[in-house]
Amino acid sequence: MQYSYYPGCSLHATGKEYDESTRAVFESLGVRLVEIQDWVCCGASSAHSVSADLAVNLPAINVALAQEAGQGDLLAPCAACFNRTKAADYALRHDPARRKSIEEAVNFVYTGVVHVRNPLDVVINDIGLDTVASKVTRPLTGLKVVSYYGCLLVRPPHLMEFDNPENPTVMNRIVRALGVDVKDWSYATDCCGGSASLPRVDIATRLVGSLAQHAREAGAEAIVTACPLCQMNLEMRQAEKPHVPIFYFTELMGLAFGLPDARSWWGKHLIGPIPVLKAAGLM
Amino acid sequence: MLDATLQQRVNELAHETVQLCYHCHKCTAGCPVEQDMQYGPDVILRMVQLGQKQATLSSPDIWLCAGCETCGTRCPNDIDIAHVMDALRQIAVAEGVRPAVPNVKRFHDIFLTVVGLTGEMHEAGLMGAYELLSGDLFKDPSIMALAANLFAKGKIPVLPRLSKNRSRVQRVIEQSRQADK
Repeated sequence: MQYSYYPGCSLHATGKEYDESTRAVFESLGVRLVEIQDWVCCGASSAHSVSADLAVNLPAINVALAQEAGQGDLLAPCAACFNRTKAADYALRHDPARRKSIEEAVNFVYTGVVHVRNPLDVVINDIGLDTVASKVTRPLTGLKVVSYYGCLLVRPPHLMEFDNPENPTVMNRIVRALGVDVKDWSYATDCCGGSASLPRVDIATRLVGSLAQHAREAGAEAIVTACPLCQMNLEMRQAEKPHVPIFYFTELMGLAFGLPDARSWWGKHLIGPIPVLKAAGLM
Repeated sequence: MLDATLQQRVNELAHETVQLCYHCHKCTAGCPVEQDMQYGPDVILRMVQLGQKQATLSSPDIWLCAGCETCGTRCPNDIDIAHVMDALRQIAVAEGVRPAVPNVKRFHDIFLTVVGLTGEMHEAGLMGAYELLSGDLFKDPSIMALAANLFAKGKIPVLPRLSKNRSRVQRVIEQSRQADK
């Protein structure tokens, strides 16, 4: 099993733990990740916000690179990269007029052989929960979390083709297979504020505060997510104490698998998760 | 002044059919930033239907839209209002309409400038430039502590990663500038 790995800009910086834990976990599962050489930014929120052409042409460059590399499907852990690259691929795959204009702008010929994937989907569908469970050396019992998907993983549903957009369960099932107590709540896909986090701190603080409050009310002591901007916003914009730490699902997988690297991820968090891990008897 | 061509122009840019909206308000009901907006998504759609170009393009609504796609997912007529908001911003940018929430546009402009220079969105460059150019750094000095914290954890590398494909990126950015005129 092999994929063309597209970490994207955040995983090289504020989402470093997501990159490291994804690589470590996939390696331990025997899955090869070949990083796309000289990948470029997907444009995230900014490209589609100001330009219709840039919205698809920028992420289409990475579709072209993955196709040219021939190392398997494009695997994007970042929810925004996943969403924008899928949007480019959708236009290329389904709209002949847009395909022509994108091919011309990016200078390639689309074959459609590469599909755009996300680690949650790969873990459930390609690797399988049985394999995941078999790799658990230390079940994470005692850890109570809620799963937070955010917006771009699941919406718009016809584009993302990824789980139920109002009540997704993919991450819940993966994290439960690790022994974690995943609580139910109604806010799994409520927006964290996204890129408003810098220009409108007030909006992000309100939305994040609401999510943290509802997580606590659901009986969770941590939130698990699969988006680097959500993870950063949830940590950076949480005002009220007690602070709820925010894990990437791959970090919990690494911890449950007993990977030695896991220890190096906790110090990178803005809200240190070690007290919660210790209280759950996991450290 | 009403612009009867606005609806069609929005439909073409957004690949949507705005005239299908029958104002059930479901989009506004689920919008996370509706309380910060002037009109709300459903009213913006109505204004597009009526050709109220000046009012829509100069509203804060189009810049506050977070692109969360909750509206489009729930619309009974399958209209993706987030795409309509995109189209309105794109028209506003092409026509040089002053944004009602300047810092949001400033953020996007800096983001894309950084991407054009390196091929990657260099987070340290984005945050630094944004905080300085918006003046937010001077209004909230705690940002310095946050930046120092992130730097100490190795999470905002100072040197950008230069992609060898940045010429491809620059070409695509230049093409979009020409097309949007």
